[in-house]
Amino acid sequence: MNLNFIRNLPETAKRGYRWLGLISLAAGLIVWWAIARFSGLPAFVLPSPLQVWQRFLLSLTDGELVQNTAVTLVEILLGLLWGAVFAIVLGYLLAKSRTLEHLLSPYLVASQAVPLVAIAPLLVIWFGPGMFSKVLICALIVFFPVLVNTIVGLRAVPTALYDLMHSMRASQRQILLHLEIPAALPIFLGGLRIGATLSVIGAVVGELVGADHGLGVLINVGRGTYDTPMVFVAVFTLIALALALYGIVAWIERKLLAWQQIAEL
Amino acid sequence: MSTVPILTVRNLSVTFPDANGGLHALSDVSFEVCPREFIAVLGPSGSGKSTLLRILAGLLKPTRGSIHFADGDSPRIGMVFQQANLMPWRTVIENIELPLELDGENKESARVKAQDLIELVGLQGFEHNWPRDLSGGMAQRVAIARALIHDPDILLLDEPFGSLDALTRERMWTELSRIWQMRQKTVIMVTHSISESLFLSDRVLVLTQRPGTIKLDFKVDLPRPRDDEMRYTAHFGKLARKLKEAIG
Repeated sequence: MNLNFIRNLPETAKRGYRWLGLISLAAGLIVWWAIARFSGLPAFVLPSPLQVWQRFLLSLTDGELVQNTAVTLVEILLGLLWGAVFAIVLGYLLAKSRTLEHLLSPYLVASQAVPLVAIAPLLVIWFGPGMFSKVLICALIVFFPVLVNTIVGLRAVPTALYDLMHSMRASQRQILLHLEIPAALPIFLGGLRIGATLSVIGAVVGELVGADHGLGVLINVGRGTYDTPMVFVAVFTLIALALALYGIVAWIERKLLAWQQIAEL
Repeated sequence: MSTVPILTVRNLSVTFPDANGGLHALSDVSFEVCPREFIAVLGPSGSGKSTLLRILAGLLKPTRGSIHFADGDSPRIGMVFQQANLMPWRTVIENIELPLELDGENKESARVKAQDLIELVGLQGFEHNWPRDLSGGMAQRVAIARALIHDPDILLLDEPFGSLDALTRERMWTELSRIWQMRQKTVIMVTHSISESLFLSDRVLVLTQRPGTIKLDFKVDLPRPRDDEMRYTAHFGKLARKLKEAIG
């Protein structure tokens, strides 16, 4: 979605739009509360916003939430890091060599045809219920969008700029540093933004399949004990994590790509 | 002007491989360039004039023939393309500094030289703008400044004003003429404009249709410094007619 036009509005008008967002969120909460209050559904089916809030405070004080969030966050960040690092290295090699690309493309395409959710149980069987299997699932899910965007970004570098660099007798290293990296950055960061949110999904999928700690475990436990407010707390925490990661990458984009108009959202 | 050539081109031929036995772009091109000479290579499109420039810039290997630079095999080259080719992620002044950065020159002295060139090309006040903020003419001024900053042995211009509108183009001729008067570089400029080649150069090499060969090596005897008025004199018209006849 392109919300660029918001940037061109005067400050006061922008504030007006921000208010609209808050109003809509408040309205959502009221609707939720009304349904929970008047539908007669028991709290283990649909807890009210207040019950969820109380459960949130409780899980904060007994340390349960912080501890499990920390585990999930570490899995997400490690998965994102390794997935992105491998994707960047392989992406660079594939962008440079058509031979390598054709050699590996059957595997790359096939790897995308495999639903990761379906093989997550296998990975947990092979690598155990500990952190490693979650990091691996995250890394696998992050890998592809970052890989594709690295390749597309590098291939989109204008040949005219390569000519320019060659006419200045630039070395391969200088071309990488002064041309390829900055030119590929916008598309690459777009991939990383997608990868960041996917990585949250990867971690939860892994934890739901089998784990000792993490927000996915909280969800499973909450479901098993009819502690539905806990499930809500865990889900909202996951949303907050995903939004925060997305926001951080978007912030990096704004900092690094000040030279171009970037679409927000 | 010294008579020892800075650049000697001998029997240059270029064939691009294709399905039917290869495309002859250039055939047996020979010429010499003296230091501080401004040479225009004039020809219709498809005469291989850009190919010639790309060979001189080291972007392309000739099929046959040789290029010899007086100062050794890897001369310092400043090149200006038809498009400005600025790096969009660098500000105006950072774009101009790029060649020095690649040479490993320190930042302070690069900044001083870039500032000098900003003034030479008349872009004061735009040092820290992004390229996206510039008009075509301004962008091309940045490209010219960038090509001059590392004090190249030879300046190669590939239809540098081809993408500008007619009015801006003529203003840029006067600008380039003034810049050349101040810096006195050896210049080889490719163009398909007769007035552009006459107004700017000391010598015009007329290339034929593909495969390009030199049909005419023509000395431009217009006095320097040149101004706009000169383009409307009878003598300018006479020279233009001669070139027109050579192109055919």
